[in-house]
Order: sequence, then C-alpha cells, then structure tokens
Amino acid sequence: MFNFKLPIPSKSTTMILLQSLNSSRDFLPILLMFIVAAGFVSFVMIVTQWLGPKHKSKVKADSFECGIEQIGNARSPFSIKYFLVAILFVLFDVEVIFMYPWAVNFRSLGAIGMFEMFTFIAFLLIGFFYILKKGALKWD
Amino acid sequence: MAVNIDPKNTPPGYEGQGFFATTLDKAVGLGRANSLWPLPFATSCCGIEFMATMGSNYDLARFGSERISFSPRQADLLIVAGTISKKLAPILRQVYEQMAEPKWVISMGACASSGGIFDTYSVLQGIDRVIPVDVYVPGCPPRPEQLIDALMQVQEMARNERRDYRQSERYQKRLEKYGIE
Repeated sequence: MFNFKLPIPSKSTTMILLQSLNSSRDFLPILLMFIVAAGFVSFVMIVTQWLGPKHKSKVKADSFECGIEQIGNARSPFSIKYFLVAILFVLFDVEVIFMYPWAVNFRSLGAIGMFEMFTFIAFLLIGFFYILKKGALKWD
Repeated sequence: MAVNIDPKNTPPGYEGQGFFATTLDKAVGLGRANSLWPLPFATSCCGIEFMATMGSNYDLARFGSERISFSPRQADLLIVAGTISKKLAPILRQVYEQMAEPKWVISMGACASSGGIFDTYSVLQGIDRVIPVDVYVPGCPPRPEQLIDALMQVQEMARNERRDYRQSERYQKRLEKYGIE
C-alpha cells in the first residue's frame, strides 16, 4: 500500500514550471528598447535646441508655399465617403483580429469552436450585406 | 594586419580605445560639415549638371549630401543652379528666408553668379542682389568637379564656423545688408 509514488515533478521540470510563471521578466528587453528609443529621440531634440542657433522672423514663420504668398488656408470640406471607407475598414479589421487567436487554437477548440466562430462571422456578414444594400461603398 | 586609415580632416583631440574627445565647437563643426543637405534650386542647364553630379559617376552623396530636399525647412545648403529671372527673385528670397539656421548658399554657374550671357531686362544679374552667397562657382555649366570643389569649400566653412556666429552682430549686419530681418 505504501508502494505508490506521488507525482512530484523532478528538479528540471520544477525549474521549467517556475520559469513559465515568471514570463513577465521576459518583457524586460522590450522595455529597455523602448527606453533607449524614447531617450535617444528626446536627447537629440533637447541637445539641438540647446546647441543650435535660433533666428526668428515673420517670413520664416510663414507656411512654406514654394516661395509665394500664402493664399487662404487649407481647411475645405471634403467628401464623407473617405470617412465611411475608413470606419468600415476599422470594423472589419477588428473582426479579422479576433480571428487570429482562433487560427492559433483551431484544433483545441474543436468543431464546436468552429461553429461558434461561424456564428460570429455570420453576424458581421449580415452587417456587411446591410452596408452593400445601402450603397455605402459606392463611390459616386 | 593593422588597417592604415588616415582620416584627413580630424580635428585635434584626445584619442583612446574606441572613443575620441574633442571640443564641442569642433564636434558640432564636424557634424555640420559632413551632413550638408542641399536644396537644389535648379532652374536650367546647371540643374541638369547638378543632377549629373548627384549621379553615381561623380556622386555628391559621398560628401554627406545624401538627402536632397525641396523643402527649405529640411535643408542646410541652397544650391542655386540656373538663370534666375527678376520675376523669380522674390521667390528665391522667400525660400532662402524660410531655411533654418545654419544655412549656406552656393551660386552655381555664370547665370546665378552674375546673370551669365543674359544681360537683359528680365534676368537678375546675380543672385547676390537678393540673398547672401557663400561660394560662387563659375562655368556655363560648371563641370561636376567644380561643384564638388564648391561643396568642399562650404564644408570647410561649416567646419570652422564659430558656434555663436548665427546669433552674432556680424551675421545680423550681413542679413541687414540684403534687407532680411
């Protein structure tokens, strides 16, 4: 009766398990890279402000329009179809993003997972047919 | 095998294992001289010659002028290549004024330096009537080697410029002579 062995993992397995728990430490190089990039940019900006010459004048501060006088400003109304295309892209792009974890875990989710995703895509397809019928993607 | 590299224009300084220390003026001068970004204000034949100089046979890019820009905000060196008419003069002046300090001007060719063969009512007889010029390049058009020589002279000026020259009285007087504030 005392001959059974408890399933205590060996030393190497324990070390692997403990390391997988500390995975937040793996992101330290990314933080360092971010600090170096942001630090370099701010260093260069501060040093050029400090070391460089400054000369302000009214002509220099005008907008560059190839040397001629500036006429009007750049604010004019433009067509709403650009906004529609952009916002619909965002929507369907988010849908595609949700499909990436599905692609990774395709097998472990099994057939039920597949049908659940099909339902999700079907909901979005209904919206897509609505957009097509309303003519939101027509460019005239 | 020891590599025998002798960089020609190193400023005086202290050298050690993997570093080089010099004065701030010299370091800034070195940086400015070896990265002059040109703005080719190319109007006519000298513009074509400038294009040939930027090509691979004469290659201006190896002097640091790798990135040419047509925006004065991002350029150090204004290369006026070609005939400037009197109608274009205020535009040239505006482009020069909108460049950020420190800035240098090369007047390339006979037309930009003095009007060239076009001594007529419509041609500006030399861009130094409207903007201050640093180097004049004679020729109609000048050979690419002459433009490279002009760039090297501007490099020499940039290397040896005092760091506070652009804030000084002398520079202010120079601009006032051209009516630029």
